[in-house]
Amino acid sequence: MAEDRATMDETAASEPPYLRSAPPLARFVFRGDAMGEAKAGEAFGLGFPEAINRAASKGERGKPGGRVALRLGPDELLLIAPVSEGQAVFAAIGTACTDIPHALVDISDRHLGFVLEGPDGADVLNAGCPLDLSLPAFPVGMATRTLFHKAEIVLWRMEPRLFRIEVGRSFAPYLEASLRIAMNEAR
Amino acid sequence: MLLIHCPYCNMKRPETEFRNAGAAHIARPLDPATTSDAEWAAFLYLRDNPKGIIAERWRHAHGCGRFFNAIRNTVSDDFVTTYKAGEAPPETEAFASEVAPGSREANATGKQAETAL
Repeated sequence: MAEDRATMDETAASEPPYLRSAPPLARFVFRGDAMGEAKAGEAFGLGFPEAINRAASKGERGKPGGRVALRLGPDELLLIAPVSEGQAVFAAIGTACTDIPHALVDISDRHLGFVLEGPDGADVLNAGCPLDLSLPAFPVGMATRTLFHKAEIVLWRMEPRLFRIEVGRSFAPYLEASLRIAMNEAR
Repeated sequence: MLLIHCPYCNMKRPETEFRNAGAAHIARPLDPATTSDAEWAAFLYLRDNPKGIIAERWRHAHGCGRFFNAIRNTVSDDFVTTYKAGEAPPETEAFASEVAPGSREANATGKQAETAL
């Protein structure tokens, strides 16, 4: 890993950040108490992250078995699974939490995902997002809801130079255009 | 940019993520049926507008989504402290000396509200 980073540093100057759309995914918001979270986590196939603004993931995103859970609030979780398994996941969590008060909402069509990769990714995001995105302040595995200019986004640092962005679908063209302007300026 | 400490996220976040939600620690009358119109109107509409220290509700709208309370100085816009919803306001005397003179009155008002609850 250390070697990888060294190689990345050498190419940093010539490597511009690039932006691509994430594949279609099934997304859910789960809210419930500790017991509900435990049962839902079991049904989801991935224990939910304990700390607020942290992410847990397993498998390859978008591929069968890929699971992501982001804790966006004290009792709010954003769950991401492949489209093909979305209905099964929804049903499984619903069944597991039958007797426990909870809310499970399918928001697959509400969000679109983007992936921003490159050494200047944090700088590009800082064009519209006032959070401190340095590695000590925003480490790998941190995920939070925040603002990019006027658009509310969910920002997740998957790797030091790889950010995952979730945005409301109607804000997606605005976000993409704003990011591309920032990328041109960072170049 | 002003940074506001969110007691739920436990970190300082940019002010644009937050929304003000008015004065804090306004207790709803327990039995509205026996509350007079004047008392009800006072509960709904009458608020202090202090120059100095005020306890307010804020919401981390573009973050964790939670309401919390903040002690803020309306003169300097300085956030003295923030604390979770449902928690008692911190001792107002402790930070009275740190804030602008003239806030003593507001401070006393804060005290009354506290004892009223």
